[in-house]
Amino acid sequence: MALDVLIVDDSAAIRKILHRVLVQAEVPLGKVHEAGDGKEAFERLKTEKIGLILSDINMPNMDGIEFLTKLKGDDAFKGVPVLMVTTEGSQAKVMQALELGAAGYVKKPFTADQIKEKLTGII
Amino acid sequence: METVTQQDIEKAVSKAAREVFDTMLCLPLEIDASVMRSQIEPETFHGVVALVGVAGSWTGTGHISCSPRFAEKLAGALLMSEYDSVNEEVLDAVAEVANMIIGNVKTIFEERLGPLGLTVPTVIFGRNYQTRSAGVKDWVLVKLHSGGEEMDINFCLMPSRAPQHAHRPELLTA
Repeated sequence: MALDVLIVDDSAAIRKILHRVLVQAEVPLGKVHEAGDGKEAFERLKTEKIGLILSDINMPNMDGIEFLTKLKGDDAFKGVPVLMVTTEGSQAKVMQALELGAAGYVKKPFTADQIKEKLTGII
Repeated sequence: METVTQQDIEKAVSKAAREVFDTMLCLPLEIDASVMRSQIEPETFHGVVALVGVAGSWTGTGHISCSPRFAEKLAGALLMSEYDSVNEEVLDAVAEVANMIIGNVKTIFEERLGPLGLTVPTVIFGRNYQTRSAGVKDWVLVKLHSGGEEMDINFCLMPSRAPQHAHRPELLTA
């Protein structure tokens, strides 16, 4: 079954790379939506049926941790798996994201195989 | 009190740059030994600069600069496309390369210095400009070479609490 994916990152370059990696990973893709920050991502969630989210942490307006907190606190969206893909590599941030309900964590720079491996355990 | 030496910064920047070049760019990389200097680019510059700030109990700035041609090459490697001018995608790619390198340097220092924050990258492209940071005395320059092109990574890091090291934002002079 095709999966609609939301990629949340303030860098258009990273959004483009992640889209390509999803194709390479042979994820059964439906529509791929993009958002530049957590606030925009939340707006997308209200109008699209999203099955998987890849999210950065350091973003303007609403960062990835705030977005994750808001998402997991909302009954309508808390079941959507979120893979964090970020330069924030400290153990404290990884733990914080996982405790908030992130399904996985990949540190930038990443390889396509790392994303694929994490997604295998999530979808 | 923790100290951060020129060698510590050189080691962290080199490790982070190598990881980004090997993993995301797949470009060859040679790294020169670092040098300490008091100002960045005292002469006017033509090219692309990306700035990323680090903040917390220690404060710093990462400053990455390269020629327009190398910026196009970096973007091409990152996005698997070809570029013959510095457009929005090229600037975004250079910003992301800076974000990954400086972000990883930050993570390396967090193990010793505690939690540090990272600013969203700022990228500048132009001719005949200088960058200057009024409060910074010591920049560590690490020079990278890749396929005949050069990239400079300048990084400074100092304790936030010492008033004599108060950090001011980058100033640009045309």
